Amino acid sequence: MHIVVCVKQVPDTKIIKINPKTNTLDRRSAPAILNPYDAHAVQEAVKIIEKTGGTISVLSMGPPQATAVIKKSIEIGADRGYLISDRAFAGADTLATSYALSKALERIGKDLPVDMVICGKHAIDGDTGQVGPGIARRMDIPPVTNVIEVTEVNEQEKTVLIKRKSTNGNELIQADLPCLLTVEKEINNIEYSPLPNMIKAVRYEPVIWTVADLENVECTQLGLKGSPTIVGKMFTPPKPEGGKRLEGSSDEQVKQLMGILMEKKELLTLQSSK
Amino acid sequence: MKLEEYQGVWVFIEQNDRVIEGVSLELLGAGRKLADKLNVSLAGVLLGEGIKPLASEVITGGADEVYVIDHPVLKDYRTESYMKCIMLLAEKYKPEIFLYGATPNGKDLASAVATDLNTGLTADTTMLDVDVDNRLLEASRPAFGGNIMATILCKKHRPQMATVRPKVMKALEPDTARAGKIIEETISLAEEDMRTKVFQIVKDVTKKASLAEAHVIVCGGKGMGDLQNFGLLYELAETIGASVGGTRDVVEAGWLPHHLQIGQTGETVTPKIYFAVAVSGAIQHVVGMKNSEIIIAINKDPNAPIFDVATYGIVGDAMEIIPKLIEEFKQVPINQGGEISYA
Ligand SMILES: Cc1cc2nc3c(=O)[nH]c(=O)nc-3n(C[C@H](O)[C@H](O)[C@H](O)COP(=O)(O)OP(=O)(O)OC[C@H]3O[C@@H](n4cnc5c(N)ncnc54)[C@H](O)[C@@H]3O)c2cc1C
Repeated sequence: MHIVVCVKQVPDTKIIKINPKTNTLDRRSAPAILNPYDAHAVQEAVKIIEKTGGTISVLSMGPPQATAVIKKSIEIGADRGYLISDRAFAGADTLATSYALSKALERIGKDLPVDMVICGKHAIDGDTGQVGPGIARRMDIPPVTNVIEVTEVNEQEKTVLIKRKSTNGNELIQADLPCLLTVEKEINNIEYSPLPNMIKAVRYEPVIWTVADLENVECTQLGLKGSPTIVGKMFTPPKPEGGKRLEGSSDEQVKQLMGILMEKKELLTLQSSK
Repeated sequence: MKLEEYQGVWVFIEQNDRVIEGVSLELLGAGRKLADKLNVSLAGVLLGEGIKPLASEVITGGADEVYVIDHPVLKDYRTESYMKCIMLLAEKYKPEIFLYGATPNGKDLASAVATDLNTGLTADTTMLDVDVDNRLLEASRPAFGGNIMATILCKKHRPQMATVRPKVMKALEPDTARAGKIIEETISLAEEDMRTKVFQIVKDVTKKASLAEAHVIVCGGKGMGDLQNFGLLYELAETIGASVGGTRDVVEAGWLPHHLQIGQTGETVTPKIYFAVAVSGAIQHVVGMKNSEIIIAINKDPNAPIFDVATYGIVGDAMEIIPKLIEEFKQVPINQGGEISYA
């Protein structure tokens, strides 16, 4: 079994704060981290390979500093890491990103055929969730998104049994291998990294490829040039008027609010199911 | 690509168990406005098994045309079979704008289709408009990087696609007098060729009952301080028969599970009454609750942005206000039938 996990380096939006006055990010306090959903993707690959045996590769696209998230993935249990890094990739939207990653996957697959690709459900900086299915289409393998459990991998039959969140509930799906999964956080808990992994990670040097290392690449499909979407404008949404401020002591304010709500008591009906 | 060959606004009509998702009807409402501005027709795309009877609902919901593919293989949503149908229709009829609900299946489908059509897709849109002169879809979403919105354009590729958050657009009142055209297409799909099989669907009833359908929501923010104080909100909610939700910061602090998060990366809610308690009102939160009928904000910072969207604002300490509110509500008998009356 060869699983490739696609990972992304993102600013930590948990720590990053928005200054409400200027509406901008306070970047000083934002370290770069492994996208949390991708950490769960690596962890799931580790869980699968523990049962089946095999190899876990991680693949990232980004600046040279993004090697940090590959090292982090090695800590969790990945065997190999690949970074594609080139100015030609810069400014990519989801379409151009899935193109570049699929070309790198092609290259990785030449050395060792890929049985499964796992991505996080989305990256916390862009929040789109579009890259995973895009890669699957480009590789012509079935995508299964919003996965909450990998129930069973059947290597003989080359199938995998998966639970995913669909629009109105959970589905049990069987997919042929190779396939691509995008995983939710609830799929697993991130385990403490074993010491040997930590040591390996410190010394680990990922393979770094530029565009020239990839094959059959159409440069017009890369980066800004290959991105059909652009940001037209940024704006602060028109401020609504704001409503009525209640006045007085806290007791008086509470009384006023009760008065208002009692006039609209038809809205405060009990919920039918509780 | 000859852009002018592409015409018309399309909406993917998502149905599950032969029931049309609310967001699809909302998109017909939003799409109607775009189509009227562009002076083109609005079409719905309806896929599934035994779903022909739903086509009339798409027309009464605002569409001029409905493209229908009815096939046994389409019984349950699968990326591969659904995208084949969409590809067939989009390549044949060439729409200029194509909207999908930002549901798990809608996002899955749109992402796959955008790749094969080699076109742009904007995720989780919360505002839609068109630049009529340039025939450009203006799809806006909260931007990473501040309390600002970004408008995403797709200038040189068609169709221009976007997924749109549920509950932010308004469906039209069904108009049974509307006339429309139903266009049936056929496709050859064989179950043996499918690389995925759906074995079982377990409907999620709990989630729908808790937030999206709640009439009254008490939402707590990080300003509640700790888990114990947050418990006050449960007491309030219980007293008035409300559901509890929270901001992302609250979920990340572990005070609430993720499915109770309200906002851009959580649920969008439109209750009759929304209490925002110790919530600052960041844009990512506000896009998920601003269409509530009455918003009551309680925050100790008079400049908190939440007051801009609030119907009624109380500047004060939640730890003081909430217990008082609970006391007051306890004086008010709430009947079984849901009626509240002064004793
Ligand atoms: C990509 C991205 C996606 C996001 N998605 C979401 C999302 O889906 N949902 C979401 O909610 N957020 C989301 N956020 C986070 C959002 O930007 C805010 O950080 C978050 O909503 C703030 O949560 P809060 O209001 O609970 O906390 P804070 O911003 O810390 O606000 C706490 C408030 O409590 C008030 N307060 C403190 N003590 C008291 C007291 N005793 N009494 C009364 N008031 C008090 C303070 O004045 C303050 O206004 C997202 C951010 C990013 C970058």
